[in-house]
Amino acid sequence: MAMHGQTFDEPAMQFADLRQQREAAELGMWGFLTTEVLLFGGLFVAYTIYRTHHPEAFAEASHHLHRSLGTINTALLLGSSLTVALAVRAARVGSRRGTSLFLLLTLMLGGSFLGIKAMEYSAEWSAGLIPGIAFRYEGANAAPVELFFVLYFAMTGLHALHMVAGLGVIAVLLVLSLRRRFSRSWHNPVEMGGLYWHFVDVVWLFLFPLLYLVG
Amino acid sequence: MNIPVTPVRTYLGVAALLMALLILTVVVADLNLGPAGPFVALSIAMVKAGLVATWFMHLRHAAALTRLFALSGVALLAILIGLTLTDYLSRA
Repeated sequence: MAMHGQTFDEPAMQFADLRQQREAAELGMWGFLTTEVLLFGGLFVAYTIYRTHHPEAFAEASHHLHRSLGTINTALLLGSSLTVALAVRAARVGSRRGTSLFLLLTLMLGGSFLGIKAMEYSAEWSAGLIPGIAFRYEGANAAPVELFFVLYFAMTGLHALHMVAGLGVIAVLLVLSLRRRFSRSWHNPVEMGGLYWHFVDVVWLFLFPLLYLVG
Repeated sequence: MNIPVTPVRTYLGVAALLMALLILTVVVADLNLGPAGPFVALSIAMVKAGLVATWFMHLRHAAALTRLFALSGVALLAILIGLTLTDYLSRA
């Protein structure tokens, strides 16, 4: 990300032109996202195995999650993907105001998601559904239900960490945008930050049905 | 620089489609389709992911190599899950 000394008209030293620089950045980001797919993929595999072995317990456990909150959260993230796509578009047409506005909206939507997630975690704590440290569950399926919640907290927790990092990136982009660091010719950080944010959204699109909509 | 600028209307249309698919996901979940349930839910999720990748993440306009990178992630994950399942599903 060649920020220092980056002018609006010239590519960084090692690139032939701005187009090549942008394509290199895009390729690099997708390479990173591929590694992220496999990072979450490991947890998805674990989930697949244990759900195959305990289908009824997983359905029973899933019912303890708040489906309506999960649905709202999914809608919030989809909305934030829209706003960040519009931010990238605004950067492409050189609109500083549009870029800043849509980045701010993305921050608000993403922040709302995390707020709801925190509420859910708090409710799960009160209901005694935290594996290991605070797990109070009556019933024959207690063990696989606890397993479900291990996966639930691991997967949504890892996702939430990615969201916090993503919001940090968006916040930095917002500040840079307000400081006139981006132009029609060069706004790669906005593009790449957008790609990262979309990825975080896509992960949730799979987490939601697998965790909230079982049975 | 010639980056294609997608019209706002297109982004809004894709977003509307994504919301509609979200509603469909929840409705289908309540229908209780038995063993087909997870497949339907995941298929819808894959369509949503495809829409986000193609239109929001601009794979539509990306270089061929970039698209290859993107697809390789999915392919590798499919191999990871698929081969793992050949083991677990074939156990007694």
